[in-house]
Amino acid sequence: MPGTNAPSPATESRTPVEATGEPGAGLAVALWATLKRDLVLLMRRRSEVLNPLVFFALVITLFPIGISPDPELLATIAPGLLWVAALLAALLSLDSLFRGDYDDGSLEQLLLTPQPLSMLALAKVAVHWLLTGLPLALMAPVLGIMLSLPAGSYLTLAVSLALGTASLSLIGAIGAALTVGLSRGGVLLSLLVLPLYIPVLIFGAGAVQAAILGDGVAAHLAILGALLALALMLAPWAMAASLRISING
Amino acid sequence: MSLSLQARKLACERDDRWLFEDLDLDIRAGEIVRIEGPNGSGKTTLLKILSGQLADYQGELYWNGAPMREARQAFLESLLYLGHAPGVKAALTPLENLAWYQALAGSRSNEAARLAALESVGLVGFEDVPAGQLSAGQQRRVALARLELTPRPLWVLDEPFTAIDRDGVAALEERLVIHARAGGCVLVTTHHELRDTAELRRIRLGRGGQQHARH
Repeated sequence: MPGTNAPSPATESRTPVEATGEPGAGLAVALWATLKRDLVLLMRRRSEVLNPLVFFALVITLFPIGISPDPELLATIAPGLLWVAALLAALLSLDSLFRGDYDDGSLEQLLLTPQPLSMLALAKVAVHWLLTGLPLALMAPVLGIMLSLPAGSYLTLAVSLALGTASLSLIGAIGAALTVGLSRGGVLLSLLVLPLYIPVLIFGAGAVQAAILGDGVAAHLAILGALLALALMLAPWAMAASLRISING
Repeated sequence: MSLSLQARKLACERDDRWLFEDLDLDIRAGEIVRIEGPNGSGKTTLLKILSGQLADYQGELYWNGAPMREARQAFLESLLYLGHAPGVKAALTPLENLAWYQALAGSRSNEAARLAALESVGLVGFEDVPAGQLSAGQQRRVALARLELTPRPLWVLDEPFTAIDRDGVAALEERLVIHARAGGCVLVTTHHELRDTAELRRIRLGRGGQQHARH
């Protein structure tokens, strides 16, 4: 209304009653809009998207220089190395997941929508995985070449990272939601979240190791899938509760 | 349209200090309720409690007669809250910002409605400029455009006049009165002196839990 001196008749006759459609349709619209908004936001701040990827590439490049260029030695440590570096890269980017929304007041608005907060937070995590976890998984085989990872294990590496980083994003988002109200929550976030990352790391690196040794990788990948399913079920509620606590404080 | 927000024996403590105690409120359709008080007297906290954001209080809230815990969904569907921070993303254009709010409110994307809302707050020509390049007042206007975009009966506005120019303040004041006359309800904190109208009611918060409600 500010800016116009006389209110138009149209606004005057409009009654302030909300016309809500069916709740399911409303949720789908809200989820899609949140996905789109976060994707657009991150594409406009590309440095934030590139940071974890550059970190991942740098760490993996430095290892052969720091340890030894011996292909056999590198091949033995490659699975663990790739997984640890990807895990830390994903962790680095988590702090900003809800921070921007907290700072500019969008988070308050997110809490006050009639839509379930857990689902909206899940949409934000999905964007985080799409622009962090997925690119990390796709990049890993290329960096694997640098560590002379045996050729047969590239696909397993990418699939295990894609599955694993989704769990990492979900678990990490709980920590990010808990620490969003703190001005320097970064270190606390790492301490909170790292212990929960360990099962994912064990089975993720285990899958690649199994692929190198020629064992079946199905069991490892199945456990990673089970961890993801568990995280998908529990993390949305935990995120919503954590965000409410953060806003309350 | 009936609408009522009631608070019974509301009390809130912050840092060992009671912001308010035994506060009884009855807010009905057709009212503009201005919450007054010096800085730090708990105006924002009261608005946050009344808009269902803070759970850290004593007393009971009722929405249309039902306890807030049970009526929360219906309450949120009737609420439009504008806080201190405008909730406007600097990297998005005003149109994109409003598109998100429109979707959150559960309505289908409607560009004509968004353009009309921006026009009503005097932002014609700024639709596609990233909000970060707009002035503070213009960013506040983007947030205020939501009043037109998503019609809700209960408006809870925390310092909505901040950074708005004089014409804008007059128009917004006018808008609040129109909303109240149409059966809506406005809860507002502001240091700007509101014109006395039949709809206006003041609630005064003071230091140390002294408060008087008067018509």
